[in-house]
Amino acid sequence: MSTLTVHSLSKSFGAVRAVDDLSFSLAEGEFLALIGPNGAGKSTCFNIINGQLTPDDGEVRFGGNIISRLPPRDICRRGIARTFQIAATFGSMTVAENVQMALIAHARQTYRFWHPAASYHRALALDLLRQVGMEAAADRPCRELAYGDVKRVELAIALASDPKLLLMDEPTAGMAPRERNELITLVKALVVERGICVLFTEHSMDVVFTFADRIIVMARGRLIADGDANSIRSNALVRQVYLGTRAATGRMEPIA
Amino acid sequence: MSSRAALTAAAAILSLAVATPTFAQGTIKIGELNSYKSQPAFLDPYKKGWQMATDEINAAGGVLGKKLEIVSRDDGANPGDAVRAADELVTGEGLDILCGTFLSNVGLAVTEFAGKKKVFFLAAEPLTDKIVWQDGNHYTFRLRPSTYMQVAMMMPAALAAKQKRWALVYPNFEYGQAAVAAFKKMIKAKEPDVQFVADEATPLGKIDAGAVVQAIDDAKPGAIFSALFGADLAQFVRQGNTRGVFKNRFVANLLAGEPEYLEPLRDEAPVGWVVTGYPPQAASPQNKAFVAAYEARYHEEPKMGSIVGYLTIKSLAAGIAKAKSTDPGKLADAFRGLKMTGPFGPFEFRAIDHQSTLGAYVGKIGIKNGLGTMVDYKYVDGASVLPSDAEVRKLRPASAD
Amino acid sequence: MHLEGLVFQALDGLASASGLFFVAAGLSLIFGVTRIVNIAHGSFYMLGAYIAVTLATAIGGAVGFWGGILATAVIVGIVGALIEIVLLRRIYVAPELFQLLATFALVLVISDATLWLWGPEDLFGPRAPGLRGAVEILGRRLPTYDAFLIAIGPVVLCLLHLALSRTRFGRLIRAATEDREMVGALGVNQSVLFTAVFALGAALAGFGGALQAAREPANLGMDLTAISDAFVVVVVGGMGSIAGSYVAAVLIAEVKAVCIGIGLVQFAGLSFNFSKLTLVAEFLVMAIVLVVRPRGLMGRQQVAIRSVAEPDAPIRPATKTAALFGVAVLVVLAALPLLARSSPYTLVLGVDVLIAVLFAASLHFIMGPGGMHSFGHAAYFGLGAYGAALAVQWFAAPMGVALVAAPLLAAAGALLFGYFAVRLSGVYLAMLTLAFAQIVWSIVFQWQEITGGSNGVLGIWPTPPFDKLSAYFLLTLVLVACGVLLLRRMLFAPFGYAMRAGRDSPLRAEAIGIDVKRIHWLGFAIAGAMCGVAGGLFAFAKGSISPETISIGRSIDGLVMVLLGGIQTLSGPIVGASVFAVLQDYVMRETPYWHALLGGIILVLVLAFPGGLAGGALDLARRLRRP
Repeated sequence: MSTLTVHSLSKSFGAVRAVDDLSFSLAEGEFLALIGPNGAGKSTCFNIINGQLTPDDGEVRFGGNIISRLPPRDICRRGIARTFQIAATFGSMTVAENVQMALIAHARQTYRFWHPAASYHRALALDLLRQVGMEAAADRPCRELAYGDVKRVELAIALASDPKLLLMDEPTAGMAPRERNELITLVKALVVERGICVLFTEHSMDVVFTFADRIIVMARGRLIADGDANSIRSNALVRQVYLGTRAATGRMEPIA
Repeated sequence: MSSRAALTAAAAILSLAVATPTFAQGTIKIGELNSYKSQPAFLDPYKKGWQMATDEINAAGGVLGKKLEIVSRDDGANPGDAVRAADELVTGEGLDILCGTFLSNVGLAVTEFAGKKKVFFLAAEPLTDKIVWQDGNHYTFRLRPSTYMQVAMMMPAALAAKQKRWALVYPNFEYGQAAVAAFKKMIKAKEPDVQFVADEATPLGKIDAGAVVQAIDDAKPGAIFSALFGADLAQFVRQGNTRGVFKNRFVANLLAGEPEYLEPLRDEAPVGWVVTGYPPQAASPQNKAFVAAYEARYHEEPKMGSIVGYLTIKSLAAGIAKAKSTDPGKLADAFRGLKMTGPFGPFEFRAIDHQSTLGAYVGKIGIKNGLGTMVDYKYVDGASVLPSDAEVRKLRPASAD
Repeated sequence: MHLEGLVFQALDGLASASGLFFVAAGLSLIFGVTRIVNIAHGSFYMLGAYIAVTLATAIGGAVGFWGGILATAVIVGIVGALIEIVLLRRIYVAPELFQLLATFALVLVISDATLWLWGPEDLFGPRAPGLRGAVEILGRRLPTYDAFLIAIGPVVLCLLHLALSRTRFGRLIRAATEDREMVGALGVNQSVLFTAVFALGAALAGFGGALQAAREPANLGMDLTAISDAFVVVVVGGMGSIAGSYVAAVLIAEVKAVCIGIGLVQFAGLSFNFSKLTLVAEFLVMAIVLVVRPRGLMGRQQVAIRSVAEPDAPIRPATKTAALFGVAVLVVLAALPLLARSSPYTLVLGVDVLIAVLFAASLHFIMGPGGMHSFGHAAYFGLGAYGAALAVQWFAAPMGVALVAAPLLAAAGALLFGYFAVRLSGVYLAMLTLAFAQIVWSIVFQWQEITGGSNGVLGIWPTPPFDKLSAYFLLTLVLVACGVLLLRRMLFAPFGYAMRAGRDSPLRAEAIGIDVKRIHWLGFAIAGAMCGVAGGLFAFAKGSISPETISIGRSIDGLVMVLLGGIQTLSGPIVGASVFAVLQDYVMRETPYWHALLGGIILVLVLAFPGGLAGGALDLARRLRRP
């Protein structure tokens, strides 16, 4: 049974078709990697699913309902959380407050004007921070954290809205190899425990082939392959795209 | 956010609380406030005028045997700061005689303040009719001829021009609007078939002179009535001269004969315009004496502002002498019907509406020695252009007195 | 009005457009590269006019006039460079918008310096030698100088365009406009670039002022009219687009010229005087353009007013000492009517300071935590004041009812304007709020039958027992303290956090389910309502109000108070408003050159406390605690 269904999605920016008739689906509990060379349309695809962009054509369904063209906040309320390629947190708040803010928003308590926000969901926030290994930094200003730690906080923020699907745009970008594996191991453990499915993009093929249940490959806005690690590894088209020799569409650049 | 911050405020306030006003023995203090920063062209000579008056009075022994002292404040050119400045003069300095103000809205706010707080206020310069009529009160008097009076002074010349098609141009605020409304009413009363073919309300200080002049020319008026002054007037004149718009047209312009506004035009001053104002060369003995004294002191010719500043203090001194008191109530009583003589000759503060009958010169603009000046002028007594007592009673609420 | 007449008016519009363009182009360059909102840009224009008149009359003839114009541009450019080097360079790392405070102080200093150097009288420059006459077009006479102005605008536009696209300096400017960090990374000497751009911008303004001196007497009001016009042009054209500035200048000048050309129109028994629209034409154009095209006519990206300063520190509830301190201050203030018996003026000033505190605190609420830089906060102050005053005037409302009407009207206005404003960000939002404030101002100014026009509403006095100064002071104290504490409470509550979340990272906030625009909209309305309370209190404190309560000057005062106190600290607006109000009251009595004194003091404070006074005080306290 699939949770997320993307059906013949298209999006153009001027003359560039960033996403071109893209279809795929995501099964419950699945850990799905979306890969492709730079400019393949992965981020555009993410931003459509997340609601930041509206597609020109096609639709996205989640749990049977069409969610494309909804604003991000409504998509979040339906159970899709995300992390950003460049981690986005609230720099003027403490680490715990960042998570509390997400919990407050999830509980639909943003329009409250009296009791201090710090008194809302503190224990829950600390618990989430403990799970991502950031409990010790709970009361530090978020702006002071190292980048790897910010990524962990972002993960806790995403989990705070109790999602059914987690979108992660390059979760390990800018991290050392050892850090990468740690983070993804952590993510995998957390989502399995909660029964969350994950769609993520990733540059590190190590991470992708080690952790993904299934891999889909995009190039020039189109889906060119879909399968498990072994089938993708041996897929001629994917090899062409990534090696840059007489690429599938004739003009692919090699992976960065 | 309450803590440190509030202390700063409190400390600041307390430091002022400690400074109590000083009452000098043997002086009469008068509070003066005006928009010195905002209207320096008029108020710089105004200040010179009142300083000269004060020194003259004190040299002659002062008033009621005491020296006169003026406590002057900037009113910030807005009613909010002006009322605070007035409040500071009254509650901080302990004064109950105020004078000054230039802008109509500031003048009215201080008028309202004076009525409420029962302090005496002589409005020196603001022109709005409301200070003595609709919004007048027991404690407020006004020195200068009002908008209505200035327009009325022009009417004989305007009627004599025998023009049926008039263009109107005026700064878009109360003074300009009131001047044009009064002009329309007065001329319609005498010449019911006049037409107003253009009506240009220009933002104060931001006239688009080229476009305005052209729009007036396109309306093909026989005559132009203008209430422009200052930088707006200068731009209007240069554009109109260059475009030949004033050729063979009768133009009447309030206030343009005041040296403050005429002098910057230099040799471009529009010859033949009918204006109200003040020619420092006027030949009356009172004026000659004033000009001589002023020039001896400041080495420059007096301007309209000098006259206003000078007469403001002279009037207050005369009023206090007549009242034999500085009590605001007694001073107000003394001002009703107070007779004065100044550079313009005799005038009085009317009992009926507290307006002085100080007039203005009406004449034409000419050029002498390459500079604009008034020619063919004559002094028009303010008393001759004020409406009838019956009309004034309708305009000024009985509760004012 | 015939067609020919309108066409000719369009030529008049083009002549005016050139003048607007020079000032705006300089402002746009400076903002684009240095991100400084240079309020003093109009002062450069004014200096240009005065210097040009001086040179033209002192030297005389064609050399004095035409050579004088070029010399003026150079002189004003040098003045600009000196200001950048001596002053602005020191505060580039300060929090966002802080440089505005310095340039505001410069406005004050330059205006007094001009008064001191040239005296109070307007100075009309001579006519342009060689261009004194007029040319006949469409049976009408166009001054040849105006024809020259029509031509010089596009010429300068082309020169600037060439300079920006063909020279290394120009390419650096364009790169810096798009991505300042990049230029730094490319190893370009930033400070030289900034100085050069500031000088170039100032020179353009001086050039514009010098050209204008042949049409308009140099006068002391030029700085403020020029700066508001220039901002409008830059924003309508799109920040950073020089060509956009020209198009916008033409558009605005044409709208005005045509309004003047149409004049009085009779239609179906109603008459409407289009010339009265010139009061607010540029702001109407700006509001429409920004609502339809949020980046201006030719703007590319949204330029946020930001700086290299790091984000705010997390807010923390007051420590016990601080809370005790706050209570102590309130107690002292409450006892002030007794303490200040011998000097009732203390209470008069106290009322004004308290009103300023609430005004500034409400502005800070949206500016700091909300990240919405309102340049038109006076709109809500004025709506509050008029809400109260008109309730008294037309409905004979008792004071209590009027003081409720004040925030209601202000909140209604804030809801309406905020709806559009929160859709924009950065300087566009700032200018849209300014446009709305000017529109409110002009309605109040023109609608004489209801609002009393420029004279305002008189006779708004407190009713017993508040007619006594001490009672009114206490009433003000209670309302202001409640207002400020309520705002503070909201900032610590989920709503305030959501507002900050929307400021820190709109992407993240939306992604966790926060409706950022709605939160900010509501924040805008709450701030408007609180500001309305301040306005209502003001009306009763003064007994009369006029459109000045809605003026640009008051909006700028608000900005100055918030920035002076420190935008990043919650106590900032309180400190800033108190200091500014007391300071102004003091300097106004101290010297006729109080503009310069006030400006000088602000400059000293700016250089000494680049984080604002409250921020500086907190830093100091921290350093003392940790020796």
